[in-house]
Amino acid sequence: MKTILRPAVTLLLVMTLITGVIYPLVVTGVAQVAFPAQANGSLIRRNGQVIGSRLIGQPFSAPQYFWSRPSATSPQPYNGLASGGSNLGPTNPALIAAVKARIAALHAADPDNRALIPVDLVTASASGLDPDISLAAAYYQAGRVARARHVSVRQVRALIAARARGGELGVLGTPRINVLELNLALDAMK
Amino acid sequence: MTAQSWGLLALLLAVTLLAVKPLGLYMARVMEGEPVPGLGLGARIESWLYRLCGVDPAAQMGWKHYALALLVFNVLGVLLLYAMQRLQGWLPLNPQHLGPPSADSAFNTAVSFVTNTNWQSYTPETTMSYLTQMAGLVVQNFLSAATGIVVAVALIRGLARHSAKTIGNFWVDVTRATLYVLLPIATVIALALVSQGVIQNLSPNQHATLLQPVTYQQPLTAAAGAPRMQTVTTGTQTLPMGPVASQESIKELGTNGGGFFNANSAHPYENPNAWSNLLEMLAIALIPAALTYTFGFMVGDTRQGWAVLAAMMIMFVGLYAVCNHSEQRGNPALSALGVSQLPSSQQSGGNMEGKEVRFGIAGSTLFSTLSTVTSTGAVNAMHDSYMPIGGMVPLLDMMLGEVVFGGVGSGLYSMLIFAIIGVFIAGLMIGRTPEYLGKKIEAFEMKMSAIAILVMPFIVLTGTAIAVSVAAGRAGVANPGPHGFSEILYAFTSAGNNNGSAFAGLSADTPFYNTALGIVIWLGRFWPIVAVLAIAGSLAAKKRIPVSAGTMPTHGPTFIALLIGTVLLVGALTFVPALALGPIAEHLMLWSH
Repeated sequence: MKTILRPAVTLLLVMTLITGVIYPLVVTGVAQVAFPAQANGSLIRRNGQVIGSRLIGQPFSAPQYFWSRPSATSPQPYNGLASGGSNLGPTNPALIAAVKARIAALHAADPDNRALIPVDLVTASASGLDPDISLAAAYYQAGRVARARHVSVRQVRALIAARARGGELGVLGTPRINVLELNLALDAMK
Repeated sequence: MTAQSWGLLALLLAVTLLAVKPLGLYMARVMEGEPVPGLGLGARIESWLYRLCGVDPAAQMGWKHYALALLVFNVLGVLLLYAMQRLQGWLPLNPQHLGPPSADSAFNTAVSFVTNTNWQSYTPETTMSYLTQMAGLVVQNFLSAATGIVVAVALIRGLARHSAKTIGNFWVDVTRATLYVLLPIATVIALALVSQGVIQNLSPNQHATLLQPVTYQQPLTAAAGAPRMQTVTTGTQTLPMGPVASQESIKELGTNGGGFFNANSAHPYENPNAWSNLLEMLAIALIPAALTYTFGFMVGDTRQGWAVLAAMMIMFVGLYAVCNHSEQRGNPALSALGVSQLPSSQQSGGNMEGKEVRFGIAGSTLFSTLSTVTSTGAVNAMHDSYMPIGGMVPLLDMMLGEVVFGGVGSGLYSMLIFAIIGVFIAGLMIGRTPEYLGKKIEAFEMKMSAIAILVMPFIVLTGTAIAVSVAAGRAGVANPGPHGFSEILYAFTSAGNNNGSAFAGLSADTPFYNTALGIVIWLGRFWPIVAVLAIAGSLAAKKRIPVSAGTMPTHGPTFIALLIGTVLLVGALTFVPALALGPIAEHLMLWSH
């Protein structure tokens, strides 16, 4: 048994040192030098203050902003310390009730818009921190945002088109747009 | 299925296939003890390490010695990881000052990470210190993957050697698999992930000022009776930080799956865009696919490896197609409310509950399928919110024994067991003594194969039956009806197959689930491993019989079909009744009106 215990203990400790300390520290060191912005969270700063991350969504409910997707994090939506989805099953009545409430809120904010609502705008994301909405969801909200900001719909649609992403390599990314960046661009438009 | 869904599949398989031969060959050289060019530093660490351990790297072990060394090494790993969690409050690199997790949670986590399962009943952001994540969980991400590789290699040696008493040296195998295979690839992938936006730092959490403050309801301090709610407004968002990329890369490469964050690979800091998603999927498929070539090369006939890989790929395409179709079709209950789920140039459409926009249906379902046919269990979408059939695919992937690519090492050794059973069935049908790669398959091999294959369904179904029979088990269910049963069935299937993904609505951080699943996880890992090593030892000792006219070739289409048939038959026979009670019943409910 001793011929097994000694190598087992030694190997475990040395491997803990190599893969658990040296490896992550080396990766951290190289990452901080080579990709500092990404390694530290792709933060967006304004006047030296962190106002968000390019990768982490924020909640919006004002009519002059594009709304992000519903978030199931608790207690508040887009809680960075409680990432996760709703985990509601497709037949759960609670899911249907939640979607109905979201549809009602969208209609209340934009009563004349009777277009079909893009699915991502009424369903909770997996992380609860989804930074994107689909292009369809952005165009769906363009009229409301334009009215609230007293600008033309054409201007808002042009802003969306300019920031649209997707279709990398033809098959990779989905048609989408980053909500926080879009809203910051809206604020900068004035 | 959309053209994009097919295109993404083709891209992933093409890149994986390109890597199979070079990586497979490299792993064969590493595991056969040849020097590795360019990694001279590794060679020096290696020889120093063997001296420190008192190990003679040239000494070979019989299967019992090998199995004992493996078990002791893994038990020690559990003890160390348990201690590290419970003591993290006193250890460094804990900027959020997190206390210890509960004893049952720490036990579950320790067992889960040592066994390559990475079932997570805890919420990482608010439970684990940076030290526990990187020096505890990451270490086992490496070592559990290495353990899988060495068992597969031991079995390959059993097939390749003849009239031999030994199957290798466990210490040397684990060291070389870690230092030469996992560590270099993980480092490269980690840095590539950082370039895409995966974070890698040791900073405390950041605080961002929200563009628009958010108002929400929060329960007042837990008082007796009904919780009263108060309205709170906050203008800040806390952004979690940590050494994520170094964990993310080995989490996928080692088919581990344990997320740095609760949302796992759906979290934008773990998986920020479509490129990182592709890279992570590639990392999952890479070693399991390439090991088939290692196998073919080491037994002296690469066609044998390609045949196994072909069987895996055919099943993979089928499973993905079913999952993708079901999710793309969307939820009929939402269509009825005036929601658009059709794919177009402006949206991916489909069932987007529990999915991220940047992955859409294709990137989500491909990841889910890959993550569950392997033992990874990482998720970039919430399986609990999949459509009934879409969610049944991950469940079925695991029930088939994770042999389509499968876990690092564990996929190959499990598939080879199915191959042994396959040739046995074929032998019965044509009335000849079954043989595989020149080795006669006899009663001992068949007994051990039966154990290796049947342990999993036994513990999964028994565990599920117990959980649905006791109040502590039913208490965790989040969704009503058949879906609630699916949640419990999924948990035990995931545990028994060392997958680690979940129908995450289930509240599993309870003493009942932590303990029950911990036991299932342990048995599901080491019971088959010991049986496989026993087969390896027995096969190594056999003489090689020459190929004759009566030998069934095990590299052609007939064998591929036989292998697929065996896998599907065993999986279907054991699990169809359980699936009928869960996802199939739910599907019929949903589409009947």
